[in-house]
Amino acid sequence: MAVYSDKVMDHFSNPRNVGEIDDASGVGQVGNPTCGDIMKMFIKVEDEIITEVKFKTFGCGAAIATSSMATELIKGKTIEEALKLTNRAVAEALDGLPKVKLHCSVLAEEAVRSAIDDYYQKTTGKGLDGYNPKKFDGCHH
Amino acid sequence: MEKYEDLVYLDHNATTYLAPEVIQKISSLLESNFANPSSLYGVSQDAKEELEEARTDMKRILGIKTGKLIFTGGGSESDNLAIKGAAYANQRKGKHIITSQVEHHAVLHTCENIEKHGFEVTYLPVDNNGVIKLEELENAIREDTILISIMYANNETGVIQPIEDIVKIAREKGVLFHTDAVQVVGKMPINIEELDVDLLSLSAHKFYGPKGVGALYVKKRVLIDPLVHGGEQEQGKRAGTENTVGIIAMAEALKIAMQNPEKEIAREMVLRDKLENGLLKLIPESFINGGTAERLSNTTNIIVKYVEGEGMLLHLDSNKICASSGSACTSGSLDPSHVLLAMGVPHEFAHGSLRFSFGKFNTEADVDKVLEVLPTIIKTLREMSPLWDATKESK
Repeated sequence: MAVYSDKVMDHFSNPRNVGEIDDASGVGQVGNPTCGDIMKMFIKVEDEIITEVKFKTFGCGAAIATSSMATELIKGKTIEEALKLTNRAVAEALDGLPKVKLHCSVLAEEAVRSAIDDYYQKTTGKGLDGYNPKKFDGCHH
Repeated sequence: MEKYEDLVYLDHNATTYLAPEVIQKISSLLESNFANPSSLYGVSQDAKEELEEARTDMKRILGIKTGKLIFTGGGSESDNLAIKGAAYANQRKGKHIITSQVEHHAVLHTCENIEKHGFEVTYLPVDNNGVIKLEELENAIREDTILISIMYANNETGVIQPIEDIVKIAREKGVLFHTDAVQVVGKMPINIEELDVDLLSLSAHKFYGPKGVGALYVKKRVLIDPLVHGGEQEQGKRAGTENTVGIIAMAEALKIAMQNPEKEIAREMVLRDKLENGLLKLIPESFINGGTAERLSNTTNIIVKYVEGEGMLLHLDSNKICASSGSACTSGSLDPSHVLLAMGVPHEFAHGSLRFSFGKFNTEADVDKVLEVLPTIIKTLREMSPLWDATKESK
């Protein structure tokens, strides 16, 4: 009996879209090293469509797998569609996560929102409506 | 271990497999040794005899001549019995206890529990190697201090505490001293009554015996209250029909482990040092926890900066290597290892700790395998880590 589903292990062992985008339209970072989880997400947006997405993550197996899955789920989607990505959808796409690891999927959802927030900051001068990155101070395991 | 022939098991401080001799012993007892040692008839008296023979053997090996050896359900129970038992039995003298911040949770959480029952506990800090400071211990002792509980060797780092000095201080001040020796008994020769501690916990599954069985040494004339009430087993200190097979198997395991411990200590130290030196050479930005302290010869605890422990463990597991980590993810709590934090290791580095603990079936090939696969694993994870970038950029 393994701790993680085969899908989680697949995305952990062969993570998709690892890396950085030099000329990213938006870059978001959530988590902090004290808690043991940091996700950094880079998106490239053209005509409101996320044409490219990359991530870098410091964290446990679930943190890496949820980052990878989240990038797969928003790639090629419109910003509007990407904003509808929920932590639950990320966890479900991975065939579930252990209860203690659900915060990793929350982090993945927030990394996407943080990158989109940054994109809006850069393009419109104001961030994503109702986005409050402060709520990610402190550890939420 | 036949089933796991290709497994590189480097987590002996977590638990050990059964020694082949112990497996044989258990097999020979499962059918024959069924009777309740407390009954009157012949088969029961046989069981009782075997049980007491196990106690006598263990006492001889551990240097116990006048004290008691109480059989328990393992190391955690022994720690609970020592601390709660001594606290409750001696509370008229005072309600203050001293322990350290690097104890096993079986001690720490027991101390936290009795704080709810009117006891006061001082948790001594440690230095960067994880060793308590003797003056701080002396200064912490008060009129109402009844018990000091300091572990012999740490399960995460292998770092050994100055037990003989602590005993001296406890003797001078007339305070009882308990030591959690779960990581020492079976690994190193020990003479408990020469060491002169009052209470000492041990656990069978750390020395190739079965899980769920351990013992507490109680010095003559030291009072403890029982935790498990019922029959008069274990001289009224631990009720319940004895785990005869487990106890006899534990005694067998201790006999085997103590046949030539010096040779095994030396053998494991060579392997441990080879692994440690190899890793430090192959992995930049890494360091050993407690590396300059006196340590168990089988344990190494390494920090790999900018990666998280669980990721390393999962990759090691897929290479059939078993180790452990002090990261929060693997501890199932909010914080990484309390031991490493108490030693002053920053949170972000403590998440990247790896512990390898050697045992009797490890060989040089095991070390070579870790040295072959771990640096690549770390390289992959670091390339994925935003923290690794940050450091590279700052250089």
